[in-house]
Amino acid sequence: MTILTFTLILLLGAFVAGLLGSLTGLGGGVVVIPLLTLLFHVDIRYAIGAALLASIATSSGAATAYVKEGITNIRLGMFLEIATTIGAVIGAVIAIYMPTNTIAIIFGVVLIFSAAMTVRKKNEHAFSGGSALAEKLKLNSTYPLDGKLVPYKLTNVVGGFSLMGVAGILSGLLGIGSGSLKVLAMDSMMKIPFKVSTTTSNFMIGVTAAASAVVYLQRGYMDPGIAFPVILGVLCGAITGSKLLKRMNPKTLRIIFAVAITLVALEMIFNGFQHKF
Amino acid sequence: MKQVFSKNYWSDKDISLLVGQILRTGVILASSVLVIGGIWYLIVHGQDAVPNYKDFVGEGKSNTTISGIIVGAFSKNIPQIIQLGVLLLICTPIVRVIGSLFGFVIEKDKLYIVITLIVLTVIIGSILSGVKG
Repeated sequence: MTILTFTLILLLGAFVAGLLGSLTGLGGGVVVIPLLTLLFHVDIRYAIGAALLASIATSSGAATAYVKEGITNIRLGMFLEIATTIGAVIGAVIAIYMPTNTIAIIFGVVLIFSAAMTVRKKNEHAFSGGSALAEKLKLNSTYPLDGKLVPYKLTNVVGGFSLMGVAGILSGLLGIGSGSLKVLAMDSMMKIPFKVSTTTSNFMIGVTAAASAVVYLQRGYMDPGIAFPVILGVLCGAITGSKLLKRMNPKTLRIIFAVAITLVALEMIFNGFQHKF
Repeated sequence: MKQVFSKNYWSDKDISLLVGQILRTGVILASSVLVIGGIWYLIVHGQDAVPNYKDFVGEGKSNTTISGIIVGAFSKNIPQIIQLGVLLLICTPIVRVIGSLFGFVIEKDKLYIVITLIVLTVIIGSILSGVKG
C-alpha cells in the first residue's frame, strides 16, 4: 500500500470515528484505537498517541459552542482537573511499564462500560440539597433551561473527586478522554444535571488529554504520518456530527452503536489474551 | 493597562467569549499547519510504501522535543511541520487554562487562582520532567 492510499483510507475512517463519537457522545478518541489496531494493524502505542490528539481536537472543537451557551461550570471543571491531570500523568507513567496486551484488555473493558453509559438514563433534574463542601468550594451554580436560569447544587464532592482521579489514570493509560467515567462521577455521584455534566466533562477532556499528551509526545508515541489524517478526519467528523445533532435525536443509532462497540471491545479483549498486541 | 485588569472592563461573559476564542483560534491554527504539512508530505512521499507501523520503534529526537520540532519546522522539514501542528493542538487546552486563570485574577477569586495554578503546575511539571521511559 502506498502512503497516499493509507492516508486517504485513514482520513475517511477517522471522519467516521469522529462522526459516530460525536453522535453517540462516546468521543472520537475511543473509536480511533480499535480502528488503528484492528483494521490497520498499527501498534497500540502509536494508536494511543493518535487517540489522545483526537480527544484534544474534538474537545476543543466542540467546546467553542458550549462555552457560548454558558452551561459549562468552569469552577467545577477546574477543581476536578486537579484530580484528572494528576491521574493522567500517573496513567501515562504506568503505561511505560505495562505490557501492551494488558493495556488492550483494560481498553476493551472500559469500552464496554462506555458503550453501556451512552444508552443509560440521564439525570435531568437539578438537585437542591447541596453539601457544605460544595458550598465552600463555590461549586453550586445555575444553568439556562427554557429561557430561565435554574439553580443546582451538588453533593459528594470527595467521591466525585476520587472517581475523577481514576478517570484521569485511565485517560493517561489508554489515551482516551474517559468522558463516560467523568459524566458518571458528576451525574451519579455529585448529582449534577446532565446538560452541565456533559459540557463540563468535555471542557475537562482537553486539559486532561494535554497533560498526558506531552508525556506521550516526548516518549515518541506520536507519529506525524498517523497524526495528521487522524486529527483532521476526527475533527471534521465531530463538527459534522454536532451539526447533525441539532436536527436529529440519534437514540436508535446510539443503541446500534453501543452493540457494535461492545463487539469491537470483545475482539480487543480476545486479541489481548491471545497476545496479539 | 490598569483598566484591563479591572472587573468592570471584563464581564464574566467576555471571559467565556475570550476562552471560546482561544480554543477556536488554537484549533484553526493547528489544523492549518497540519493541512499544509500533510499535503506537502503526500506530494513528496505519497507514492512511497507505508512505513512499518506494526512494530513500535518510537520517534526520533527531532519529533519528540519542543526545540527539535521548532528547529525542524523552520528548516522546512515535513515531519516536523506536522509535529508543529500537533504541538499547537496540545497547547490549545493549556492556553485555555491560562485564560481561565486570567479570569479568576480579575474576579479576585483567591481560592480558584490557587486551584488553577495547581492544575498548571501539574501540566508544566509533566512537560519539564520529560518522562520518556
